[in-house]
Amino acid sequence: MTDLTCLSAAALADGLAAGEYTSVDVTQAHLNRIADVEPAIHAFLHVSAEEALAAARETDAKRAAGQKMAPLAGVPIAIKDLVVTKGLPTTAASKILEGWIPPYDATIIERIKAAGLPILGKTNLDEFAMGSSTEHSAFGPTRNPWDLGRIPGGSGGGSAAAVAAFEAPLAIGTDTGGSIRQPGAVTGTVGVKPTYGSISRYGCIAMASSLDQAGPVTRTVLDAALLHELLGGHDPRDSTSLNEPLPPLVAAAKQGASGDLTGVRVGVVKEMHGEGYQPGVEARFNEAVAQMQAAGAEVIEVSCPHFPYAFDAYYLIMPAEVSSNLAKFDGMRFGLRVEPREGPITAERVMSATRGAGFGPEVKRRIILGTYALGAGHFDEYYGAAQRVRTLIQRDFAEAYAQVDVLVSPTAPTTAFRFGEKVDDLMAMYLNDVATIPANLAGVPGISVPAGLSDDAMPVGFQILAPAKADDRLYRVGAALETLLERQWGAPLLTQAPAL
Amino acid sequence: MSTISCDEVARVAALARIDLTDEEVAKFAGELDVIVESVARVSKVATLDVPATSHPLPLTNVFRDDVPEPSLPIDDVLAAAPESQDGKFVVAQILGEE
Repeated sequence: MTDLTCLSAAALADGLAAGEYTSVDVTQAHLNRIADVEPAIHAFLHVSAEEALAAARETDAKRAAGQKMAPLAGVPIAIKDLVVTKGLPTTAASKILEGWIPPYDATIIERIKAAGLPILGKTNLDEFAMGSSTEHSAFGPTRNPWDLGRIPGGSGGGSAAAVAAFEAPLAIGTDTGGSIRQPGAVTGTVGVKPTYGSISRYGCIAMASSLDQAGPVTRTVLDAALLHELLGGHDPRDSTSLNEPLPPLVAAAKQGASGDLTGVRVGVVKEMHGEGYQPGVEARFNEAVAQMQAAGAEVIEVSCPHFPYAFDAYYLIMPAEVSSNLAKFDGMRFGLRVEPREGPITAERVMSATRGAGFGPEVKRRIILGTYALGAGHFDEYYGAAQRVRTLIQRDFAEAYAQVDVLVSPTAPTTAFRFGEKVDDLMAMYLNDVATIPANLAGVPGISVPAGLSDDAMPVGFQILAPAKADDRLYRVGAALETLLERQWGAPLLTQAPAL
Repeated sequence: MSTISCDEVARVAALARIDLTDEEVAKFAGELDVIVESVARVSKVATLDVPATSHPLPLTNVFRDDVPEPSLPIDDVLAAAPESQDGKFVVAQILGEE
């Protein structure tokens, strides 16, 4: 590992601006690191070395010519393979899209390219972002850099592991029920799910459209704010995109970095810790809350009585939307096409054969569950009821935010589990998202920041939630907690990770 | 609460246009039962007087001016197709035999 791969994105941006090194130097250092550790980690499904170096050379030339550069210009980035990239394979970790080369870029990819960030490659995920461990990737799991026998979280385990293993300083994730925050928690990195609509989803392959949100995956809170400001803002091609400016996120992160939380009201959600949470997770969470209190925060216990039902509503709403969104993978216009082995070759039978062969078990399970829940005779009992629960969750949030500025909880109930440990126990697997799901149902933003190590020497995540469109509070409070904890540890948490 | 039979899974899979093997049908029937049982309590907590929410934030439909914008080149789009001919997608027979 060279020094350049150890630096934060903000530090790299400063060094590039000062002419201490070039984007080609930084990009090559990360490509070397990828070559060294990928056999162990498998964070990437595709590494785009040539394209990344070409983009780096272009950025260096613009800088040398004295052009005005974007804040993160020249800092390389990894992209979750759920985001469409022109000319680079995009698979969603599914056999049904294997070999697909998209003819267009997602809006966030256009913004990344326009700002001069070289794209290192596409990162692994659970197939179509359905899972909490990357064990549902059609191309094999990603391993956690802290312990190669354990999962890196999911669905965005590839992005989180790439950042944790210093293969990339920045990455993109998407979060439908926790797929940015839970991998962040279990790899000791930072993950942000912005307010619904805060970052364009045009070109992000949809899973559940009323829940999906793209966001930053980084090692520091400031880096996440820098990336969020680059990606965010209105996009006319996404009809759910918020048509208003972002609050000042980088400024909030810089303000928080002092560690002072005087006057900030922090709500500890009674229903989101305690029973069902691993003792080491609970201990780090309580210690972090105590640190915040010592730094001036007013800590209040709040109750969100309907949060225990969020999980149930989510596992009806999400599959219902999945069953609709994934109808487009039909073997007609792009991706895999499989003809039935016997009988007449009709379009409908080609669809069924293609989807039977191309989708993995978790995707099939969720499509069938969603189709069932939306079916005649079940609609009111399941989907209709779940949408009413969603209203109750939103009311809980509204009442809580009338008393406090932010809500806090552990990000995930446990640290990273071992491969295979939960793959046959569906409900245990799904419960990884129990603390992250309420934010998606209500559209509010959330961040996971490292909170230390549990008794098993694996990272614990601390979740901060803010009201919709108040993403700046995540960065203010997240940066303060990061400062307080790093003072205690003497260095960032990732310096304690074993060498690869 | 109804139990989800293998016949029900096969029927729903046919609606969703997914070919399943007999083993998959049997496996999913058991698993879907567990999931549906565990989430069914939503119908108890949310009484009918609570309005339904479909989206997390208030949304209104958006329109843009009806001005032509550049489209993707046809050749680029068809390059990703399983089969194409004469600038069009080639698909299997759609209508039944007369």
